[in-house]
Parts: sequence; C-alpha cells; structure tokens
Amino acid sequence: MNDRRLDPDTILARLKHDEARARRGTLKIFFGANPGVGKTFAMLEEARARRADGKDVVVGVVETHGRRETESLIAGLEVLPRRVIDYRGVELQEFDLDAALLRAPAILLVDELAHTNATGSRHLKRWQDVEELLAAGISIYTTLNVQHLESLNDIVAQITGTLVRETVPDAVFDGADEVELADLTPDDLLQRMEQGKVYGAEQAGRAREGFFRKGNLIALRELALRRVAERVDAQMRGYRSEQGIQAIWPTGDRLLVCVGPNPSGGRLLRAAHRMATRLHCEWVALHVEMPGRGLSPADREVLVDNLRLAEELGALTVTRQGQETADEILAYAHEHNISRIIVGKPTHPRWRDLFGRGSLLDRLVRGSGDVDVYVMTGEIENTATRRRPSIRRSSPVAEYGYAAAVVAACTLISWLVFRHLTLTDVAMVYLLGSVVVASRCGRGPSLLATIVGIALFDFFFVPPSFTFAVSDLQFLSTFGVMLVIALVISGFTVRVREQGAFARERESRTAALYAMSRELGSADGLEALLEAAGRHIGDAFGSAAQILLPDSSGQVAPQADRPTAYPIDEKERSVAQWTFRQGQLAGLGTDTLPTASALYLPLQGAERVVGVLGIRPPDESRFQDPAQRQLLEAFAAQVALLLERSALTERSRLSQLEVEAERLRTALLSSLSHDLRTPLAGITGAATSLLQDGETMRPEFRHDLLQTVVEEAKRMNRLIGNLLDMIRVETQTLVVQREWQPLEEPVGVALIRMDDALQGRAVTVDLPADLPLVSIDGLLIEQVLINLLENAIKYTPAGSPLEIAARVGDGEIEVSLADRGPGLPPGEEGRIFEKFYRAPDPTPSAGIGLGLTICRGIVRAHGGRIWAENRSGGGAVFRFTLPMLGSPPALPPREVEASA
Amino acid sequence: MTEPIVVVLLIEDEAPMRRMLRAALDPGHWQLAEAATAREGLAQAASRNPDLILLDLGLPDGDGLDVTRRIREWSAVPIIVLSARGREADKVAALDAGADDYLTKPFGVDELLARMRVALRHSARIEGVAEPVFEVDGLRVDLAERRVTVRGTAVHLTPLEYKLLVALVRHAGKVLTHRALLREVWGPNAQNQTHYLRVYMTQLRHKLEADPARPRILLTEPGVGYRLQDS
Repeated sequence: MNDRRLDPDTILARLKHDEARARRGTLKIFFGANPGVGKTFAMLEEARARRADGKDVVVGVVETHGRRETESLIAGLEVLPRRVIDYRGVELQEFDLDAALLRAPAILLVDELAHTNATGSRHLKRWQDVEELLAAGISIYTTLNVQHLESLNDIVAQITGTLVRETVPDAVFDGADEVELADLTPDDLLQRMEQGKVYGAEQAGRAREGFFRKGNLIALRELALRRVAERVDAQMRGYRSEQGIQAIWPTGDRLLVCVGPNPSGGRLLRAAHRMATRLHCEWVALHVEMPGRGLSPADREVLVDNLRLAEELGALTVTRQGQETADEILAYAHEHNISRIIVGKPTHPRWRDLFGRGSLLDRLVRGSGDVDVYVMTGEIENTATRRRPSIRRSSPVAEYGYAAAVVAACTLISWLVFRHLTLTDVAMVYLLGSVVVASRCGRGPSLLATIVGIALFDFFFVPPSFTFAVSDLQFLSTFGVMLVIALVISGFTVRVREQGAFARERESRTAALYAMSRELGSADGLEALLEAAGRHIGDAFGSAAQILLPDSSGQVAPQADRPTAYPIDEKERSVAQWTFRQGQLAGLGTDTLPTASALYLPLQGAERVVGVLGIRPPDESRFQDPAQRQLLEAFAAQVALLLERSALTERSRLSQLEVEAERLRTALLSSLSHDLRTPLAGITGAATSLLQDGETMRPEFRHDLLQTVVEEAKRMNRLIGNLLDMIRVETQTLVVQREWQPLEEPVGVALIRMDDALQGRAVTVDLPADLPLVSIDGLLIEQVLINLLENAIKYTPAGSPLEIAARVGDGEIEVSLADRGPGLPPGEEGRIFEKFYRAPDPTPSAGIGLGLTICRGIVRAHGGRIWAENRSGGGAVFRFTLPMLGSPPALPPREVEASA
Repeated sequence: MTEPIVVVLLIEDEAPMRRMLRAALDPGHWQLAEAATAREGLAQAASRNPDLILLDLGLPDGDGLDVTRRIREWSAVPIIVLSARGREADKVAALDAGADDYLTKPFGVDELLARMRVALRHSARIEGVAEPVFEVDGLRVDLAERRVTVRGTAVHLTPLEYKLLVALVRHAGKVLTHRALLREVWGPNAQNQTHYLRVYMTQLRHKLEADPARPRILLTEPGVGYRLQDS
C-alpha cells in the first residue's frame, strides 16, 4: 500500500526550494521554432503591458534586426546603454551585466538567450548572465529558438544541415517559470519574409535557399511544439506531486551512459538525455580511466568537452578508475541501481575481439544481468581512456640506451660461455635480457630489446655464424617462440609496473588528502588551519594555493599579515568574490571570468559557502582533467568542512562565554540589589533619624548613629571596590604593572590598612631577610593580601592569631597566610575561589563572595597559583605563588655606613 | 589667639561634594570659594588669590592635571588633588606636575583637614626658616648636627640613607612621588630606578621603625610614593 502523503524531508526540501525561488527572479522565455516568428515582438508587447501595469520594466538588450515594427515597440521603454568592448580593434557592443545588476529593475528584457558573449565579458554565455540576474532577484524576459536547445542540437543539425554552435542547456529551459510559444505557420512566415519583415530583401533570398526551406520550417515547428508539450507534461507531473498525488509511473529507472574521448560522443549523450527525459529519470555519465598509456592532449580535450556537455544536459558525471572497463561499468551499475546502460556501437575491426577476453560490448552484455544494455551510434572502445600515471619515468633516450646495453651484455655473456652452452641456453639468456628491460622500461625499449636480441642471437650464434642466414628452418620457429614469449612476458611486466605506479599515484593522492585532514584537524587556530590547507593543496597539485575568507562585510580577501601564495590584485579578488557569492567555480579554465590567473573553488559548507580556494597551476590545462578537478574538489570539501567546524567551535566557545557572562550579570544584579542596599539602608536610617530628632537626641545615641553612617559607608566603599576589581579581573582588563620591589612593602601596606579591622590580633610576619626582590604590581598584590586578611578576619574567631610567611621555592616565591580558625569545609577547598561563593554558614559581616575570586584573578595575572588547605593543628592556610621572572636588576654598590 | 582666615578654592564639579565641604570647613577659620569647572577654577585662582586649592582631577571641561600645570606657571599656592581609587597614575602625574598632596575619595573630613594643615605649613616654611630638628614617634633627626636617634639611641646611616631621610624630613607629612625622591637623592639620571628607592626605604625602616613589617613613620603611599609621618 502506497502512502500518498509526502514525507517530511520532501516537504522540507520543497519549502527550501520555494524559499530560494521566492528570492529569485522569475524567468520567462518566449520560445519559437525559428527566427522571424515574432518572439521579440511578443516579448516587447508583454513588457509594454507590464509597464502599463506600473511595473519597473527595463530593456537590457534587444536585437531589432532593423525591423520597424519591433523598433516602434521599444520606444518609450527605458533601455540600458550597451557596454563597448574593444576586441582586436573592432568595437563590439555587449549587454552590460553590471549596469543591469546595479539598476536592478523588476523586469529586465534580455533578448537571445543563446548568445555567446564577446571575449572579456564575465561569462562565456548570455544564459549565464541571466542566471546571475535571476539570482539577484531580477525577473527576466528572454527569447530562444528551438535549434539552440542543447539536447535538440544534433537533431536540428540533421534536419537543416547546419550545426548551431550557440546552445543553451536544457536545464535553463526546463527551469524557466514560464515558456510562451511564439508560433507562426511556415506559410505565414514565408509570406512575412517575402514582405521583407524578417530580413532585408537580399538576405531574405539567401535565407530561403538555406535555412528557411519550407521542409525545415515544418520540422522545426514540430520540434518546438513537441518540446513545449513535454514541458507542459512535466508541469502537470510537478503539480500532481505537489498536491501529494503519487506519480502514476513510479519508474525506478536510472540510466548510465559510457563516455570517452570520442568526438561523436555528443550524439550519444544527447540520445541518452532524450531517453532520460522521456523516462523522467536521473542519468549518469560514466568515464572509466585505465592505468596505461597516456591520453593525448587532443583526446583529453574531447573527453573534457564530452563530460562538460553531459553535465550541461543534466547528467551526474562520474570518473572511475579500474583495470577492466566492462567490470567497472557493471560494478557501478550494480552499486547504484542502474537499470539501463547506453553504450556506443563498436567500430573497430572484428578480429580485435578474438584477442583477449572478448569485446567490451560482449562482456558488458554478458555481465549485465537484469540491466538493459542499449547500443547507439558512437564508438564504444573509446569509452575508456588510458592514462599515463603522472609518476614520470626516465627519459625515452635513456631507456633505449639501457635496452641496448642489456642486449649487448647478453651477447657478451653468451659469447664468453658459448662453448659450454647449447643454443637453447643462449636463447634463454636473451629472453632474460628482454624481461630485465621490460622490468625497467616502457614497451618500446622492451620490443627493441626483444627484436635486436633475436637478430643478434641469429647473427652470432645460430649457424652459420656471423650471417643472418639460418641453416636449419627449425630456428625460425625458435625465433617465433622467443618473440612471442618475450612480448607476452614484457607485456605483463610493463602492465604490472604501470598498475603499481597507478596504485602508488592513487595512494599518494589519498595520502595527501589524509595528511591534510590530519594536520588540519589538529591545527591550532584558524591561521594555522588556513596556512596548512594552502600548503597541502599547493603541494598536492604542484600549484600555488591559498584560501580567501570573507570579512564581516562579506568581502573575501586573503589573510592579512601573511604572504600570499600568488599575488591577488583587484581583478583576482573580484573573481574570488563572484565565486563566493554564487557558490560556483570561476576563473582559469572555466566559463566564468576565464581570464583570471587562477581557478577559484567555493568552499561549500553544510549551510553556506564559507570561503574560496584559489589555486594557480603552473600550466593552464592542469585542472581540465576531470580526475584532477574532482580530486581538487575533494580537497576543497575537506577544507570547507574543517573551516566550518572551526567556525562552529568558535561559536560554541563564544556562547559558552555568553553563558558565563550571563551568570555573572545575574549574580552582580542580585549582589547590587542586596549587598549594596544593606549598608545604604543603615545610612539612610541613621541620617533620617538624625535629621528628625538630632536636636533632642542624647549625645551618645547621636554618636552611635553617626558611627553607623561612617561604618556602613566604608563597607559600601569596600563592596564597590571589590565589584570594580572583579570586573577588571573578569573582563581581562587587569593590567599588571610590574616593578621590582621587596615583598615587605605590600605586606606592610596591607597590615597598616587593615590595622583597625585586625583589632589587635597577633599577626606574625616571617619574611626571610634574604628574600629576593620580586617583579610584581605592588598595588595588586597588596589587594590580594588585604582580601586574604579580610577573609581571615571574617571567618576566624576575634583575637585568634594570624601568620604571614614567605619562602623561596623552585623558581617562585610562595606567600602564605595561616589562621587558627575553624578551617575549610571539607571538599570546598577549590570552590572557595569561585565567584559569589560564600561559606555555607555566612557570618553577618560576610561580603559578596568576590574577595577570593579577585585574589585568584590577580595571582593568575602574575603567572602564579593560589590555593587553600587545612592546617595540621587546626585552621586554614592560604598560599599563593609569584614566579620569579628573570633576575632582579642590579643594586647600587653597598655603601660604607658613615653616620655622623 | 585668632588665626588669620584662610582662603580655600574648591574646584569640584560634584555639587554634593561641594556642599559637604562647605559644611565641614568652619567659616570662622576657612573662607571657601567654589568653582564647578576648570575654566572657572582658573579664573578664580587668578582673581581670589587663594591660600590653598582643592582640585578634583575629573572635571567636565578639562583634566585637573592641566589646571595644575597652568596654575604652577604663575603661583606656588599649595594644591591638594582629590581623586578616586584606582587612578594612581593620575595622582602621580598631578604630583609630578606640581600638586602638593592628594586625597583618595571617599575621605574623612579629619583626614582632609590634616592634609590642608600640612600643606599650609609647608608653604609657610618656604618663606620662613626650616626647623633644624625634626621629631616624631621616637625618631629625632637633627639636621644641623646630622644626627639621627631612635628613642635616644644613635642610629648609623649610610650617606644615601641619610640623604633619603633628609628629603623626607624636608617634606614631612607630604607625599613624595618615587620620581621626586629619586631625583632628589640619586639625581636626574636615576628617575626610573624605583627599586633603588624601595631597597633603601626597606633598609631605613629596619633601622628606624620599631616593627619594620608595620611601618608607622616611613609610610608607603601605594602606587604613588612615600610619606614621612608628621607629628
């Protein structure tokens, strides 16, 4: 039973999609079968109608082709000025994308979607301009002819005999919000041409001979109508699915098409695309890369073009590496539930299938199981490419030299020991030589070694010696067998070696990726992470790489105060900025801003683009190789992940701080409202009663009240002082102004200041006479001592003795204050230094629980530690250390005591 | 015996502080002039010719340090600076700029009056003759004889210790910044060697104080300098 309700993920995805759409402008395409059917006309009429509705409509670019009717429609609409591009001395007028983005009208008219931009423009194609405008929230009206649709490109070429180079990906057409068909019957069109309404008279004549033959027009019209009908069909399905109506045809189909460096691969891909469209299913373009001989630059270019075309047609492109093309294709098909495989027809001679394990097609069909295999026009053998591992061998000349030397050595050895050996043994020596060569060199040198070896064997050893003549015909078969054995062995050896090299290369890539993620994972801080990422990626691709991060205003830039891997000028930066904003590849080797010196990849995190990776290869074509680019993308993804993680860590650290600050704020508020009000209440009470009854009051009462005012004011002053100190400690604004001084001085000040509070307690001070000078902030350490003394006074019985002592420890001075009070509550020794901590059973004189926290803050700012413990014999002891930083400055020489 | 009336100029922007001092200073002995801004303060300092100035360091229209410097351009009138805790650097700067003493807010009136008397005595002493003998808390310094005794016992001091003690005696009761003392005792090149001063001060305490850990005569003014207890 099918559940017809949509699952939440689908709904969420749809909502996100709708949201993205809401921000995006809408695209309306005026679609026609061929020029002259009135697309531009219809577009302008619609624009005028919108304008009459009060919409902000602007003409970005409209080609009137000198048609008067069209020109009259433009009149009255705002037209953006064109950008003038100087192309090799010719002035070209182009659509000004930046001006359009700046003007940002509600609706912009951009004629001829399939137009190719002049060199030097941001994008290669106008449809890319349109994509950018849509993303910026501008709605677009545009026009398109059926022959410019990518997937129909080859069919149109078959019909008209003209190959159209300017194409638009089907995804753009299918993604349009509205498509309006401008239709005209071929007869009407031809009539319009007669009247000179389409082209000038002379041009019209030529056009009628070629493109505008009636047969062509009918065929193109049919294509256009069918394509629009398909779209309507798709809309219907979209509507049904949106309304929760399950698709009537729940096809689980997935298509796989095999791609190679074949110039006619485009046909195969378009056929696959059409099939996928009809089946309404996903499709995958698979390329199998084999270890072996390299791909020529021309072949590689074709392959890259094919893969790019596949992407434009909406395929998922995949490159796999493997030994056996058929096995890889089938493995992928099984792993990914492919239901149909499309391959090209084999075009090679049949005898080649007799060797090896049969033809690829044969093995594909035999191994396909329940997967359907379709064979279409297009060469199958080129489905796979052999790629030379990038680990370079020694130069060919050296290899041939090596081969020659081995053969010479074989001959020499055979010659020396010839009399003890049979001819068969000598043949073995040469065979060995062939294998030795194959184990070090390529196929060429191996072949050379084998053939020359046989020739030398014949010349020197086979009777009659020193001629190439052969006395006994049986030796001919020996030569044949030698040749075959040597070739087979060397073939295997070479292949094993290549596989090894290939595995090593893959291994080294994986290792590079792993090494990077490991180092980045342990990188301390963003700076280190960026530095390591740039370095690793640069090393792995032999290029200069760096990462650009956005600042607070969203402008990407390389990290300041750090040398750039390659210079970033304003132009490079703007390319990176584009990549960051659009989340797409740009720069060198891409369709967007290809004049940049480097390739820019978006670092796509889970939520958004977190930065841009810029990489400048030593040669332009490096990242044309899909495998290289995919690997680069893997690196970029890894970096993006780590950057995002680091940002998240930072965010969670900040929120942790936030929580801490919030806690402090709450505690401060409660302490302000309670602890500050208490003394204030005393002061107010005393002062008001003095005001009221001061005259009549008995002098001793009056004195008591005044005493209260003074004492409470002092207490309040202390509280405020503590709060201020606390804030300084907490906000890290505590500045330690170190000066070399005897510890005796702050101790003395603290004791004098606490003199009244101590109320005659016995305080023993034990400071060794040879205590060195310490580098401390006297005021702050004095504060520590005062707070510790206050604490002791609060929590120990009046009159109980206190002891202040100091001793030199290991690289530090330890100061202690010991008491004979009740000691610390067990387990609370660590907690007492926490903010707003008060003893479980506070005395009335207790403060707000900041004194010890301030002590800890000050001591830590001095680089020391503070702790408390219970004393043997009762009481507590508070200890803190002050590190001895460097050696005290020299003192003036001691003087002779020479008093009067 | 009737003492002459002393004119005190109070430059302070806080009205409650002014009201408090108005009440605290006996009109029979003190005549209080008030100014709420630095500008007004400078004007009154010139027109009223006060005997003493109480100057708040945090004024709305300029800092007290500047006022101190401006007044010192033409007058040696004693200036006592009033400022909050934690602004030790400001106090030192004001003292180095020519202020005579400072008080940390909040302060008691008794403390203020004591400081005012010391300041007035010093300004009188500049015109008169310095006392040849100084005595406080068992310490006796005979400047003419160069003799120092503690509770009747002669104390041996090194020449620098003696020089330091004399500098303090000459300004007894007044705070002296580290800088000022260093300049007076060690000369202008030693102005940043505060550790010299601290070490000598400790030695001096050990020789003169009954309990060097709780100094009663050679007082430390934290973060600012030293003060010799006045009788």
